[in-house]
Amino acid sequence: MSNTKTFVYINRKSPYGSVYALESLEVVLIAAAFEQDVKLVFMDDGVFQLTKNQDPADIGMKNFSKTYAALGDYDVNQIYVDEDSLKARGLTLDDLQPLVYEDEDDDWAEKDSITLVNREQLSDVIESADVLLNF
Amino acid sequence: MKFTIQVCTGPYTHQASDTAYKFTCAALAAGHQIHRVFFYHDGVNNGTSFTVPPQDDRNLQKLWSDLAAEHSLDMVVCVAAAQRRGIMDENEAKKNGISGVNIAPGFQISGLGQLIEAGVQSDRLLVFGD
Amino acid sequence: MSTLHTVNKSAFERNSLDSCLSVVKADASVLLIEDAVVCALKNTSICDSIEKAAESGIKFFALREDLKARGLSEQRILDQITLVDYSGFVDLVTQNDRVQNWL
Repeated sequence: MSNTKTFVYINRKSPYGSVYALESLEVVLIAAAFEQDVKLVFMDDGVFQLTKNQDPADIGMKNFSKTYAALGDYDVNQIYVDEDSLKARGLTLDDLQPLVYEDEDDDWAEKDSITLVNREQLSDVIESADVLLNF
Repeated sequence: MKFTIQVCTGPYTHQASDTAYKFTCAALAAGHQIHRVFFYHDGVNNGTSFTVPPQDDRNLQKLWSDLAAEHSLDMVVCVAAAQRRGIMDENEAKKNGISGVNIAPGFQISGLGQLIEAGVQSDRLLVFGD
Repeated sequence: MSTLHTVNKSAFERNSLDSCLSVVKADASVLLIEDAVVCALKNTSICDSIEKAAESGIKFFALREDLKARGLSEQRILDQITLVDYSGFVDLVTQNDRVQNWL
């Protein structure tokens, strides 16, 4: 029996207004070394963490949004974005970075890491967790 | 059961550290094990020895330090979060050219991996935050 | 395989309770702690959402110590909510298979 657990990271806050988006990402990257099953959830204002064209230079902060694009290389490819949260904020999937990964079981074909989910599907993602980390 | 407790906020500004402390005490009283208490984000500020709260109020840092001593708790302060917020042990101070050490008794500075390891090893992981 | 959801912020401050209730399964438990205990009061603008969720089977709890801290009498809370203390909080964690802490 393997000791692999399903870790679900729930991100609900906007980037830059607080440190949570950045420090959540730092946990995810470190966690990659532990070879657990990792799922990321972006809901409520957390959907803003994935927007394209972030440029925080004039607020004096570093742009860490490029790091999301590297998640596929860390085997983090189960990324769930809540469609209700996007809609309530006037966003569509097109506003978000197109995060992808290369599927080693399918001849390294490039696939989308992001799945749009409704609240019922999001509920199932939560129920699939052994460990839930909230940011 | 084996618990891991994650504390995300510093002392006093939010109730989270108090709630985490009370929960930890109740879990210990019920005979459960605390695998680790992991301090992340502003939670690292619970580990400063430079705090002088009013005499008629609780001293959160001391409460955590005393609890750790009484129950041999593994209390970890995340190194990256600690560096950002200025919590230093001797090792970190030396490495970074900082002329002071302020980590409180019972707290150890270590990596984020300790949080994941704790999640893997524990039966339950709770997050107390803002 | 049930989930214990904890909510620590008032529904009048933040949408955490709302988000929580939008994803809870019928066998879940919801524990209100810290500022979220104000959501346990009768006659608020959010009672309907709690009553509706309770009707579908969700069990609601609130931390007694947080209610008392805020000067709110136990008589003023919704009938659907059971008060627990910190040891009851611990029990809820062990009785459910996972914990989702809404912040």
